[in-house]
This record gives sequence, structure tokens and C-alpha cells, in this order.
Amino acid sequence: MSVQLPPTTEPAPGPVPPGADGGRPAKARTSRLRLTVRRFARNRLALFGLCLLVLLFLGAYGGPLLTKWDYQQHDFMNFLSSPSGDHWWGTTQGGVDLFALTMRGLQKSLIIGLLVGVISTFLAATVGAFAAYFGGWTDRVLMWIVDLLLVMPSFLIIAVLSPAFRGSTWLIFVVLLGAFSWMVTGRVVRSMTFTLKDREFVKAAKYMGVPAPVIIFRHILPSMASMLIIDTVIQVGAAVIGESSLSYFGFGVQAPDVSLGTVIADNTTNASTYPWLFFFPAGCLVLIGVSISFIGDGLRDALDPNAAGAKARSSRKGKRPRREGPKRERTVAAVPAQATTAAADGQGAAQ
Amino acid sequence: MTETTAAQPTEAADAAQPVLDVSDLTVSFPSEAGEVRAVRGVSYSVRPGEVLGIVGESGSGKSVSSMAVLGLLPESAEVTGSVKLAGRELLGLGDAAMSGIRGKDIGMVFQDPLSALTPVYSVGDQIVEAIQVHQSLDRAAARKRAVELLGVVGIPDPRRRVDAFPHEFSGGMRQRAMIAMAIANDPKVIIADEPTTALDVTIQAQVLEVLRTAQEVTGAAIVMITHDLGVIAGFADRVQVMYAGRPVEAGPVDEVYYRPRMPYTIGLLGSIPRLDEARAEGTARRALTPIDGNPPKMVDLAPGCPFAPRCPIAVDQCRTDEPELEIAEGAGHPTSCHRAHEIGAGLDRDAVYPVPALPEAGAIERLPRSERPTVLELDGLVKHFPLTKGAIVKRKVGTVRAVDGISFDIREGETLGLVGESGCGKTTTLLEILDLPSGQAGTVTVFGKDIRGLGRADRKGLRRDMQIVFQDPMAALDARMPVGDILAEPLRTHGWDKARIAARIPELLDMVGLEAEHADRYPQEFSGGQRQRISIARALALEPKLVILDEPVSALDVSIQAGVLNLLDELKTRLGLSYLFVAHDLSVVRHIADRIAVMYLGRIVELGAADAVFAAPSHPYTQALLSAVPLPDPRKERERGRILLSGDLPSPADVPSGCRFAGRCPKYAGLGDGEQARCRDEDPAAAVLGPDHTAACHYATALDVVPATAPH
Repeated sequence: MSVQLPPTTEPAPGPVPPGADGGRPAKARTSRLRLTVRRFARNRLALFGLCLLVLLFLGAYGGPLLTKWDYQQHDFMNFLSSPSGDHWWGTTQGGVDLFALTMRGLQKSLIIGLLVGVISTFLAATVGAFAAYFGGWTDRVLMWIVDLLLVMPSFLIIAVLSPAFRGSTWLIFVVLLGAFSWMVTGRVVRSMTFTLKDREFVKAAKYMGVPAPVIIFRHILPSMASMLIIDTVIQVGAAVIGESSLSYFGFGVQAPDVSLGTVIADNTTNASTYPWLFFFPAGCLVLIGVSISFIGDGLRDALDPNAAGAKARSSRKGKRPRREGPKRERTVAAVPAQATTAAADGQGAAQ
Repeated sequence: MTETTAAQPTEAADAAQPVLDVSDLTVSFPSEAGEVRAVRGVSYSVRPGEVLGIVGESGSGKSVSSMAVLGLLPESAEVTGSVKLAGRELLGLGDAAMSGIRGKDIGMVFQDPLSALTPVYSVGDQIVEAIQVHQSLDRAAARKRAVELLGVVGIPDPRRRVDAFPHEFSGGMRQRAMIAMAIANDPKVIIADEPTTALDVTIQAQVLEVLRTAQEVTGAAIVMITHDLGVIAGFADRVQVMYAGRPVEAGPVDEVYYRPRMPYTIGLLGSIPRLDEARAEGTARRALTPIDGNPPKMVDLAPGCPFAPRCPIAVDQCRTDEPELEIAEGAGHPTSCHRAHEIGAGLDRDAVYPVPALPEAGAIERLPRSERPTVLELDGLVKHFPLTKGAIVKRKVGTVRAVDGISFDIREGETLGLVGESGCGKTTTLLEILDLPSGQAGTVTVFGKDIRGLGRADRKGLRRDMQIVFQDPMAALDARMPVGDILAEPLRTHGWDKARIAARIPELLDMVGLEAEHADRYPQEFSGGQRQRISIARALALEPKLVILDEPVSALDVSIQAGVLNLLDELKTRLGLSYLFVAHDLSVVRHIADRIAVMYLGRIVELGAADAVFAAPSHPYTQALLSAVPLPDPRKERERGRILLSGDLPSPADVPSGCRFAGRCPKYAGLGDGEQARCRDEDPAAAVLGPDHTAACHYATALDVVPATAPH
């Protein structure tokens, strides 16, 4: 690796005025976001998960338009009827069309689940990372809050508070669920930040003059992205179920509105004898979980340059070669870059 | 090598049978990318009392081959060939049988002494265990032997220290304990895998001395595996150079060092900066001759000599068939090179590698030092950390004097090398400069501004002019960002617009010898040297005036290191930079620095122009430090004496009164009572010894510890 000697015509390196990159290949650099999207798109399972989620949303909002039944409408001719051409997914004990009911419930559950998952992970990431990054009093105060929230019985508090919010928007319910589900992750994020903040790339950013919040969101949190994404997936699942159980006890989503949880809860007594009452809504719940976890896996692989799943197929030479095990991949993957520099160095040495 | 050694006249007289005889050893690992052929035919033999050095860069298979000898490779590894210990075949023995040999007939010393010792047992217990596994001694006798062994390896007060736990030992002492364990059962062979790489130079000198003692005590053969050509030069009798899983050159040290015939060996010897580097008055420094390219990956090796792609004198034959290790016509030792017979005969060794030309010194560098503006000035900088105890109410129980009043300045276009062993406060000093804190005492002046009174905007401005390059290029680059974004970050932070950033990135990559297309790749896809270039590019993105280099080459292989050092040299002249170069490797500092500051326990003990300090080191610590650095020159290594320091660096929490160095000072012992009292009681101030040379010693006198070389 010899030093590349500057050609004599090289202009003195100085701030280049915009647009004055004459002569250089003006190929746009691919941004991090574009790279991530491209890597995500390469993952078939992730795309499948994304399609599934989109279908669920389409079904939840478009499905009710396809059927003549409304979720509040009772068909007094059909109580507990099995799936048929008239009632696609059968009816409940009250004669309500299960398809219309489940789709309505799906709307609520999808929104609540996703919102709670994202809100609680975001809270956890922000609070944990800021506490650890700044340390001292920031850390102490934030951790007091975390510990306080941890010892408070969240279920009871939500139960106590929900009558107060009765009649107002269910979004408050989302906020409450989110506010009580981030603390454990927050502590994990905090301890991970402690090790990350002494890493040299974080210090390098700091000494460049990058402001602390930017460092946290640009360097620290992406470095634990896989953990955060998995956490989001878990939180989405937990929120849907948590919402269900609260709704079961009569808090949360209130009749006449429904969520997947209330649909399942209302029909549990008949589930063994009239299985469609359980399978269709529960199946939707499972599909939410599956789609979210596939998307989560795909996102994690797309964000993590070490992941094998997001790599370009090895036939596409050069760009992002396929790599395996963390140790060996370096030698394998470095080859195209090496080959080109070796060539460049060769020229340098020849000059 | 078994068949070739017999032909060497130097060893014909040696009738002793080889105690360890390795022939045609190959090791391969399965991997997703294909079979990794880590070792491809290694042969060597060592006789009792002989030291064989195996040198090579990382990935050359030197450690894997020794692991194969010890039978310590994972199950998945496929090992073929033959390993004979005193005539007994070791390959194919079961783990139980190998356990009977490991530690008894073959002693081992590993690189990292902390992970090689179990933290939950005392050092004595571990030695006792090593003894009792192989000998039927009762506990008391084994313990007595353990104390004895600790004494042999030079642990002070072994009777008490035998009950200490590994964490109570310093790195050097742990390595001594490891050696004690290795020799506990009178092994026939000691395999030492990079035994001193993790240690400071003065400790390295001590440990090498201990290894030598251990060898004398046991009469064992030593196989010394290292990447450091200097260590081998002074320590080994014979040397084997490995490249891409094969020995490429082997022979007695003098032969290989003075008459190398393999371009790789020549390249290695040419690429290391040397402490005894000849530097005539007023001339520019010597450019190192780096070896182009990177070592090959060990999967699907192309046919031909694996070194051919990097070899400047490769011919067509080199690309088609791989040369055997054999003695070329007119050579005294075997090499595997098709052109070995020409090298040294028709082909001048110095002409094998083109010497890169360094740019002429810039205008600012030609100015006398006193006329240049000051870039960074430290005056009496102090950084103490309180030592606290207690969980809830913290009591202060002591002070760690990490940096205790240091002063130096850096002028424009100058490189100041800050050297010292680990724990001396180098890093704290750097952080004090970079953190721009309010400071405890003393002043830090950057570009004429005292950082104490700066507002936010001014601080940000300072950050633009002062950048850092870290030691580990992997850790310093965010693995989740493409290189382009990494380079764009400082620019974005300082408000450059998109178009300017887009234009600047290819320019930066080009400046450090990479290509514009590399901007889309992730740091993992680059080799260590290339990553360090990216780090340098990032540091230079904002056109700083001062670059702080924190051990920038210590994580790199020597052949790569040379390229990075040359790059730094070139950029400095081209861009008019000033460097604060922090390193523990004095040879590197010697190569790159204009001025040198030697740190010991939070103080600068000697400061001055590099030439003055290296030619006439005047503080006893500097002398010891310089004498401990091994030279890649066997004859000089044998002739020069070492100033061995006793003990380890004292803790900065417990700084001795008077002169900090008095307790370990070799000069102190030779002083009279009155003079000793002065050392004990009076903290020496920096005494001016020359126009640009000061040393903080009451009795500073110059001592030449580095034999000068005739300029070549």
C-alpha cells in the first residue's frame, strides 16, 4: 500500500464550491436509507411479512365494505351459525356477523398494537439512551422514574384511570398502555448505551462536534437496532394481548366498539363447541404477530451490515458480496475493495 | 525443513536429535465460503536448547500451526502431516493422550496473560494444579515448587505472591506466572505464541529475559511465534517467515535478516520503521517501503505464488506455479521464490521495492521552529480523578494523578510524538485536549485561544480545526453506516450543503488512496489498513490544522503500517498539518515525529527534538525505554546491553514523593547517599540540556543506547 502521490495537476484541496466537482464521476452516493430499503427488499420473508400486514390493513378497512353486514347489526335469523355463503365466518351468539366483527376488531387492534409497540420502544430507547449518555443527575432522575413506574401495578392503574377517560378517544388508552410497557427495555437500552458510549466511533462523533442528541439517534440507537426491533415486535404482540385482557375486564375498548381482544373474550365460552368463533379472530391475531416479526427480522438484517440475509446474491459481483461468520467474512468480503486499491496502489507506486 | 536443515553448514555440528519435528503440516477449516486452508505445508524442527522464531503477519497461519501441534484446534479442523515430539507421533492422538503431553512435555505461553489465567483461583493454586496434573507430588511439595518457580521467573517476594489472584498481578507479572506454569514440568519444548505482544516494551524486555532464563533452567527448545521482527532478531537462533499458510523463507537469523532472498521478507524488513534509522542532519526522513496490497484470503487460493500479486518482481512463472521451499543456487538457506537465485546476486535487494518519494518539505516546515505559529500549547495541565469508596455516601479515599502538570507546545507543520507505557497518562492527556473541559489546573491553548473561556460556537469552531484518528479503525467507524455517510458526518455537522459534501467525499477518498466507488460500502468490507485510511479521511474532511493520532498504526500489520505512515507523512506536508502522535512504539515515533515527549506517571520526563532525544537520551527512563526496544538487526541485538527496569509502573493513585522514577531508576542505585536523598525528596524540574531538549532528572547525562547505523 504505497502512498498515492498527488498528480501535479491536482487542485489544492480546499472547500469545493457547490457544483464544482468537474471531472469527477458525478455518481450519486447511495444514502443509508436507500441502502437499507434495498437490503430490506432483498429479504423475501420480510417482503412477505410486509404484504401480509398490508393485506391485514386492507382487510380491516376494506373488508366491511365487501359484506352487507355491519358489526353492530344482529341477524336474528342466525345465532351461532357456522360459516356459510351468507355469513362468511359464521355468526356469534348474538347473531352478529363474525367477519364484520373481526374486521372491525382488527382495525382497533392493529392500530393499538402498532402504536403501543412503537411508542413504548421509542420511549424506552430515548429515555434509556439519554440517561446513560448524559449520566449523572439525568441518569439518576430518569432511573427513579423508571423504577417508580416498574413498581407501580400498571394493570390496576390503567383499570382505575380508564373510567375517567370513558367517552374520550381510545388514543388515551394507547398512551396509557405505552407508558407502562417501556421500563424494562429502557433499562436494557441504558446498560447497552453505557458500553456503546465509550466506543471510539461515538467518541469520534463527539469530537467532531456532533450534538449529543444527534449522536444518540444516529450512532447509539442504530447500533442496538436489532434489540429495539425485536422489542417492538414483542411489544406489539403484548399490546394486542394486553389490550384484549383489559378489554376483557371491561376497560379499554368499550362496547359497542370492539377489538380483537373483546371479540375473542366474548366468544371464549362458546369456543370449544363453535370453533370458528375462536379460530377466525385468533387467526387474525396470529397473523398480526407473524407479519410484524417477519418485518422486524427483515429490518434488523437490513440495518445490520453483518447480516447474511440482506446481502446481494453472490452472483452480483462486487457490490455487496455474500459473507458469513463474523471473523472470516472480513477477508472474504474485503476482496473487491482490496483488489481495486491494490490496483490503485500499484499505480501510485508506479508514478 | 527437516531435510534442508541438515544441509546448513552452521548446524551440521549440532548432532542432537530434534525434539520437535513438524513435517508437512496442513490445517484446513470448513467455512461457508469454502475450505479455508489456513496452513499449507509447514515443516520445521527444533533441537533442545534452540529457539526457533516463526514470524508472519496476521492470517499467515503461524498461530494455527502451533495450535495444531498442541492439538488445540476445534474438531472441525482437518489436520494432516506429522508432528513428532522426541520421535513420538502426536497427530491423531486423542484428547486425553494429548492432555498428558500438553503442559508436561510441551509448555505453552499465550498472548493474553489475563485470559490465560483463571481469575477465581490464586496464581499459586493454578501452578500447583499444573504440577499435580503431571507429577505425583503432594500439595505441600507442589506448593513449594510453585514458590520456587515464581522465584525463577522473577516475581518479587514469591512466598507471599503465591497466594495472590491474577487481577492483583500486572500484565508483565501474569505473563511471568504463565511462564512459570509453562516450565513447571520441565518441558522439552515451550511454544510461546506472541508472548510479549500485549506488553509494554520495558516489560517485554523483562519477560524475554525471563523466557531466556526459563530456557536455561529447563534446556527446552522454544518455538517463538510473533509478528515482531525485532523480538525474533535478538531472541531466536533460527527464523521461519510465514506467508499465506506456508513458510517462505527459513534459516539462521543472520542469514535471513542480512541476506533475505524472498521478496516478502525483504519487504517486511524494509517496511518496519527502525529505532536506529539513519537520519542525516537536515535531510528529509526516509520513506518506508510498504508492500502493496493485502495478504490473500485463504479460500480458493489462485494458483502460483500467493505473494505474486503483491510482489514487485513477479514474473509469469510466479503466477502459474507455486515455488517450493528449497535452497536456491548460491543461497545459504531455503526460500520459496522462483527468483531467489537472482536476489542478492543479479538483483539488488534494495531495488526490489520502489521507494516511494515523499513530497518536498512545505514552506511552513522549512521555517525555523521559533518562527512558526503555535497550534497547541499545554501549560501545567493537571487531571486528577478522585478515588471514591462507598455505595451511597461517597467518600474520597485518594487521588489518581493521571496527568500531573504537563507542558508542551506544538508548532504548525510539526509532529510531536507523545510516548510512554500504558498507564502513564497519554490517553488522559488526549482526552483533556479533546474534551475541551474547564480543566482542573493548567491551561490548554489551541490556536492561541485558551479553551477555558470559550462559548459554544467557539468550541464548535475549535472542533473543526482539531480532529482525531483512533487506534482501532474498526471501532472508530460506525459499522452501520456506509463509508460515504461516515465521511459526510463531520461535514454535515459543520453545516456544509449537500452538493459540497457530495463533491468532497470522492476527493477525500482519493486523497487517502481509496476509490470514489468505495463510498457505498460498509466499513467491514475493507481491510484494517483501508479502514484506517477511511478514519484519516474523516479526520481530514474539515481541513483541520491539528490532527491527534492516537496509536494510529498499532493495530495494523507492519507491511500495511508502512503505507499508512507514509500517507500521514505525505498528507502533513501537502496540507500543512500538525500532528500530536501518541504511541507506545518508539520506532514508529522515531520515524514520524519531529519532537518527542516521553511521559512517565503523569509527567513529561524528557522533551525535545527527536534527533536530540534519540541521539542523547538523558533521562534514565528514556534510556531504559529506548534500550528495551528490539531492533530488527540480529548482530546489533546481540551486542547491545539492555537497561532492565525492575518492577512495574507504580499506580498513579500512589505516586512516590520526590522523583517519581526513583524507585525503578537504574541510575539511582549507583548514586551516593546524599544524591539519593535528593532524588527521594525533591521533585526534579525540567533541566535544559540543549537548544530544544529538556529532561526532568537531577543527574541527567546522555547515554547512547541505540547503536547508530551507517546510512544505507
